[in-house]
Amino acid sequence: MKAPPFAYAKAKSLAEAFELIERPGAKILAGGQSLIPSLNMRLASPELLVDITGLKDLKTIELKPTGLRIGALVTHAELEKSDTVATHAPLLAQAVPHIAHPAIRNRGTLGGSLALADPAAEYPACALALNATIVLAHRRGERRVSASHFFKGLFDTDIHAGEIVTAVEFPKVERSVFLELARRQGDYAIVGLAGVADASGKRIAFLGAGATPVFASNASRAVSLNAALEVLGRDLDPPADIYHSSATKLHLAKVLLSRAWNTLSKPH
Amino acid sequence: MEHAVETTLTVNGTRVTRRIAPRVHLVDFLREELGLTGSHVGCEHGVCGACTVRVNGEIVRGCLMLAVQADGCTVDTVEGLSDSKELARLQKAFHQHNALQCGFCTPGMLMAAQDLVRSGAKLSREEIRAHISGNYCRCTGYQAIVDAIEETLHGQG
Repeated sequence: MKAPPFAYAKAKSLAEAFELIERPGAKILAGGQSLIPSLNMRLASPELLVDITGLKDLKTIELKPTGLRIGALVTHAELEKSDTVATHAPLLAQAVPHIAHPAIRNRGTLGGSLALADPAAEYPACALALNATIVLAHRRGERRVSASHFFKGLFDTDIHAGEIVTAVEFPKVERSVFLELARRQGDYAIVGLAGVADASGKRIAFLGAGATPVFASNASRAVSLNAALEVLGRDLDPPADIYHSSATKLHLAKVLLSRAWNTLSKPH
Repeated sequence: MEHAVETTLTVNGTRVTRRIAPRVHLVDFLREELGLTGSHVGCEHGVCGACTVRVNGEIVRGCLMLAVQADGCTVDTVEGLSDSKELARLQKAFHQHNALQCGFCTPGMLMAAQDLVRSGAKLSREEIRAHISGNYCRCTGYQAIVDAIEETLHGQG
């Protein structure tokens, strides 16, 4: 199908973007790899698309003493190719090949994926496992929200009206595992796992296992794999989809947890 | 609310300027405004890969990019890469391996495969399959397509 009519404006500065997104029916366009299909299928009908892809300040990857600050407009392909990301936030580098296909990874962005908050997507679960900080800019100032407070519900986030995701800050965590079960390369995950570990312990999150990415707090604290498998059912209550029952998804989540456990449990 | 936006882009080496309605995606613009019907329109939601074109040297879904977003960009389609002979080895290998039947997916498949050929990587069949996973073929079962790409990558084409 073809998209319904809408107006288009490309912001030349963040200040201009703030002004444009306050117009009635305005919606932000970043990589467009989820928004444009939803327009083509007429699931969305904005009056104005505000293209922010010209904002160069949102395209940088910076290494800071506390971790990585990645601009919201960094594409999946740029993340995939970045040595800095591979060294300091390998979880993201491990997740990227699971995101759709090369032609989509060339345009889709980190900020767009988090702002959409698809519970079956890869970055939201990574952000939760790493307890990333999402930087939200508004014309009156900046607000920082931890991933654990950012995802509110199905496709629902803590982004307020007039705010734009400008960057995401990830702490440096070198030990990580990203696993995903999908029927075919690039398909949406049936279920997936994003896990990291450092001296303070493990942090394990799941995708495709709820209305939001889910942090498995009980399993993350467990002292052994058996104990973790035992308590995972308290962390997850995955909704069934047309192919998999809730019980199947929980079983598959346990399979992934078993595969990830050793890597996350090596002595520090 | 909709106003056409003046857009200038370079398509297959030729600079074009048009006033484009924002709702028109890139592949419809190429096909209907410029008559470049080599890029196909399949699913129009980014699943099938038939509309794969190159923008600023990178393959993208032509149905998931608005034509107005291509302002200032360089766009290459299967027509341009055919005429420049960049695709010649792949096309020959596709022909020899019978890597198409109806041909609907072929332009997108060639664009995705050429992305690998340009990278110079010597990939395994599994890696080739992963790279073309976003391009659907409903005729061949992919085997012959992978054969053709593998032969081209490994320099026997």
